[in-house]
Amino acid sequence: MNIHEYQAREILQAHGIPVPPGEVVETAADAEAAARKFGSTVVVKAQVHAGGRGKAGGVKLAKDPAEARQVAERILGMEIKGLRVNKVLVAPAEDIASECYAGIVVDRASKRPVFMVSREGGVDIEEVAARSPEAIRKLAVDPRYGLLPYQAYWLAASLYDGIQQQRQCAKILQQLYSAFISSGASLAEINPLITTPAGEVKAIDAKFNIDDNELFRRPEIEALRDTSAEPEAETHAREAGLTFIKLDGNIGAVVNGAGLAMATMDLIKLYGGEPANFLDIGGSSNPDKVVNALRITSSDPNVRVILFNIFGGITRCDDVANGIVEARRRIDIGVPIVIRLTGTNEEKALEILHEAGFSATTSMDEVVQEAVAVANG
Amino acid sequence: MAVFINEDTRLLVQGITGRDGSFHTIQMMEYGTRVVGGVTPGRGGQRFEGPGGRSVPIFDTMEQAVRETGANATVIYVPPAFAADAIMEAADAGVPFIVAITEGIPVLDMTRVYPFVMERGARLLGPNCPGLMAPGQCKVGIMPGQIAKPGPVGVVSRSGTLTYEVVFQLTSAGIGQSTCIGIGGDPIIGTNFIDCLAAFEEDEDTQAIVLIGEIGGTDEQEAAAYIREKVSKPVVGFIAGQTAPPGRRMGHAGAIISGSEGTAAEKIETFERNGVRVMRRPSDVVGLIREVL
Repeated sequence: MNIHEYQAREILQAHGIPVPPGEVVETAADAEAAARKFGSTVVVKAQVHAGGRGKAGGVKLAKDPAEARQVAERILGMEIKGLRVNKVLVAPAEDIASECYAGIVVDRASKRPVFMVSREGGVDIEEVAARSPEAIRKLAVDPRYGLLPYQAYWLAASLYDGIQQQRQCAKILQQLYSAFISSGASLAEINPLITTPAGEVKAIDAKFNIDDNELFRRPEIEALRDTSAEPEAETHAREAGLTFIKLDGNIGAVVNGAGLAMATMDLIKLYGGEPANFLDIGGSSNPDKVVNALRITSSDPNVRVILFNIFGGITRCDDVANGIVEARRRIDIGVPIVIRLTGTNEEKALEILHEAGFSATTSMDEVVQEAVAVANG
Repeated sequence: MAVFINEDTRLLVQGITGRDGSFHTIQMMEYGTRVVGGVTPGRGGQRFEGPGGRSVPIFDTMEQAVRETGANATVIYVPPAFAADAIMEAADAGVPFIVAITEGIPVLDMTRVYPFVMERGARLLGPNCPGLMAPGQCKVGIMPGQIAKPGPVGVVSRSGTLTYEVVFQLTSAGIGQSTCIGIGGDPIIGTNFIDCLAAFEEDEDTQAIVLIGEIGGTDEQEAAAYIREKVSKPVVGFIAGQTAPPGRRMGHAGAIISGSEGTAAEKIETFERNGVRVMRRPSDVVGLIREVL
């Protein structure tokens, strides 16, 4: 799950990390009022789950409250990478003497949380990693002991030359580690971590990605979810227990299992078609899930055909067949459905489908070719 | 022989009385797996009724279950909130082979589980995996037994249903499998491609290997380098997610492309450069395996 910058800043503050003040607003008038309160040049930042906000024009400086209003008017309602901006963060512009990067990510290779710090802050860390990997210091943390004080100091010493900054930074890194663990994050970064001309170390911008698997035990983090910041169909899918990603093509695909779903998208392309989505109905085969999957795929106006590719293991084919029949009774699907079903309870499923006037195949290649022919016909 | 499991595998089921655990215990017993008992705290002393009037004992703890049954493997179906503890309990009880089916274990839990299991010398398969089967001998997990048949091909995969697809293609063409292994789609897993490649290389019954990968991470690239150095048997590969948009998570936590590492194009290129024949579609597996056998 993604959370907004302002929410990430609140998590940092709750763990004692110095973060300058800021206010989140949803109207230009409130942006003006916030700027007046701060009484200085402010920065107005789009709160949206997408990178590259600056380049897209979603981050602007404003010298006075009137300009803050104008800038907020432009940013609110704009789309960044297809996502509408509903909120902006208004914060006093800081005097910056230096900008660093500090982040933690769960690393697949070392199977541990890994710290990454760099003096090259304010830019995308992946760019730095590609361009000058030696500019990043890394440290794998043993999660049974946490970030030890000497390790925090070793990282801090690579960012700052003065002992005052090194100490402030080491403390911030330990606080960042505890914020990372207690929020169930898979990534937590402060970028930039700045120093002011007076020598204070502060976090200006923060980004957290939360491991979805943590949410069942962290209701306070789940409460940060902003459904207005994600595509509507993806919200519906999540609430229905489906994994759905909208794409640009015209073949709606309903598949069980992520790997098979990706392979189905690939095969659609290989045969000259374009998938309209990635949709994984998961391991269980509750007929309601199938109805919801059909509701979501058929509501995309680009979709000209819906393709089912089901390999029954835990998923029972007859449950899927019942779902398809039930969906046709309850909703207006409006486009043809082509079906491939094989595996657990395949015979029963074929019987149910044939009785309802559907045809089905057991071959993945065949069904994809059929879907492409319908979509391109 | 097969890899990791065989006719002598003596299996415990953690979460044997749960919905998934009980269903799949019956499936495994019907397949011929030697299930020797199960664990559900609070149900110790009862028996689990399997197919054909057979029943197995239920224990409160793994320590007791291992002591009384002499089990040498365990499979875990307990819910995500308790799964990390169940894996560690199994490792502490001295079980050498632990298969974790559970989907949805927090990755930070796994950062603590992994070193714990390693220190006790156990092998962990998964979590979030379909398990494995040695056709005709033993199956552990949730794979549908009827799609496989005994034969010379070792199959290893990060995905569940895509593995079934490939195994089904092979079986339909009359080509059997030595062992089919699903290693799981999570960021932190106990057994990786290289562990399975090494085991297949050693295994006398395996003559060719199918490796099914997907976008995200660098496991497939590392596997390719290992194949070049250490694997003498022919390997056929597949990468799912060639058309996935960058930066979006595709169901599996592992299946996300970020930065320059982990795209399908990069993985396919690395496979080809290291002598792995790459299938463009799952059904290509039959032709490619016939060529190398």
